[in-house]
Amino acid sequence: MSLIDNLKDRLKVSDVEGLKKKAKAIKDIVSNKPGKNEAEEKKEEVPAGFIKCPDCGNIIEKKDLGKLRICPKCARLFRLNAKDRIKTIADEGSFEEFDVNMEAKDPLNFPGYPEKVKQTQTKSGSKDAVRTGVCTIGGYRTVLAVMDSTFMMGSMGSVVGEKITRAFEYACDKSLPIVVFTCSGGARMQEGIVSLMQMAKVSSAVARHSDKGLLYVTVLTDPTTGGVTASYAMLGDIILSEPKALIGFAGRRVIEGTIKQKLPDDFQTAEFSLSHGFCDAIVEREKLRGVLKRILKLHGYKKEAE
Amino acid sequence: MANAFDRVKIARKVTRPTARDYIEHIFEDFIEFHGDRGYADDKAVIGGIADLDGTPVTVVGIQKGKTMEENLEVNFGSPHPEGYRKALRLFRQAEKFGRPIICLINTSGAYCGVGAEERGQGEAIAKNLFELSHIKVPTISVIIGEGGSGGALALAVTDRVWMLENSVYSVLSPEGFSSILWKDPKRYKEAADVMKLTAQDLYELRIIEKIIKEARGGAQNDFGFTANLLKNSLEKEIKTLSEKDIDTLLEERYNRFRRFGEFTE
Repeated sequence: MSLIDNLKDRLKVSDVEGLKKKAKAIKDIVSNKPGKNEAEEKKEEVPAGFIKCPDCGNIIEKKDLGKLRICPKCARLFRLNAKDRIKTIADEGSFEEFDVNMEAKDPLNFPGYPEKVKQTQTKSGSKDAVRTGVCTIGGYRTVLAVMDSTFMMGSMGSVVGEKITRAFEYACDKSLPIVVFTCSGGARMQEGIVSLMQMAKVSSAVARHSDKGLLYVTVLTDPTTGGVTASYAMLGDIILSEPKALIGFAGRRVIEGTIKQKLPDDFQTAEFSLSHGFCDAIVEREKLRGVLKRILKLHGYKKEAE
Repeated sequence: MANAFDRVKIARKVTRPTARDYIEHIFEDFIEFHGDRGYADDKAVIGGIADLDGTPVTVVGIQKGKTMEENLEVNFGSPHPEGYRKALRLFRQAEKFGRPIICLINTSGAYCGVGAEERGQGEAIAKNLFELSHIKVPTISVIIGEGGSGGALALAVTDRVWMLENSVYSVLSPEGFSSILWKDPKRYKEAADVMKLTAQDLYELRIIEKIIKEARGGAQNDFGFTANLLKNSLEKEIKTLSEKDIDTLLEERYNRFRRFGEFTE
């Protein structure tokens, strides 16, 4: 059945011309290439060791971004991979990683998926899209999970779901708080329904941890979308966000396709999320560690040696 | 044996019996309740209280229309955040009064629009997953047509998840799946085959516990047949679940979802 016939059948209408127009509009949207990897990684004519800031356009020496990866000219936040992020949050040398060797399988026998995972592992030096472990932050013992947008856009399949669930279970078992840095394009399509089930699995573990009266802090980072937004990203007792992070449920193009209009630039930003009541505070990257430390202190957790 | 996309077509048929059809057939004394008490009454989600074989229950469904007018009213069965919040309100009410919960799911997905984002579609779904996972009454969800991604899962973190024989349940539509992964929306039939979205596939993957039979060609061809089977199964299973003590029920629900995932270490 063609798209037109299908729509005609579903909608019980006879305006075929109008439908054809709609079908074409839908087709145009669907055929647009989804989610280009971020512009900052695109190689322009920039000399080696330098990077062009996509916000202010200045050519910046990479080392000047510093360990927080902030543009020295305009304060734009460049994405941090999980390893580098952990260094900016955990007390030096305190992070003990969990489940270091966990790797994806291929529940749907999806053509090309195992190869894609292998390639990404080689390129990124990570096994999958999250690192979890226990550490101290300013002396406060905390479970920490950090998602990694450099690994298949931080998509959530079995490994992400299992590692985050175990992190919550560990925290629950040891009566520890947990901090989760989210960034994700959503569910990992290659694992189909199994990736959808991770949303339920992690949310159940969050509920158990919460039922014990323990603290869960979410830090939303760029981008947090889809199935991660619709599960643990929005379940923190306290939800913080980095400035200007993309935060949303549906993709921008999908919405533009539905409503046939361009969306404003600030749609689905951290600031949009804050003003609509879906995050507690926007915190600059350089202040995050300090704010987390204060939150842990104010929840009565005991300080170990820093 | 139908191929996977034939099932998708049956699941989407405009003549397919809706949540309201099943509610009227299966339950007695249904009283519909409206609104999320925060923003609006989303007609894509219907719910209320009713009698199932002598037991008061809460029933919540996602409603599709059979005509253009009906579909405009129920937004083609795609709920806004207030729809999920209305469901959550009814779930909490059920918990307070110790009523089992039954959800009838039929949606191509949660609505993707400006208002839905402004009012926190992600948060609304997340909160439902969280609350359903530890709600202290027996829960059963049944996918009666389309089970579209997080928009369906928001009513399906339940003790039992069943599907009608020709319903489908997936992380994304086959059309969306093929355009995202293959950059080619035309390969939707192939996508439907790979995705394991049919009731039979999902039963084999142990994502669901039960398949409810339909007449040849779909439930619309003999509504009473499927509706009676579903009624009998619900009556039996609600009794079984109600006999469990609440800690056992919650432990089993946790483990039901805990085991999903395939990985090596």
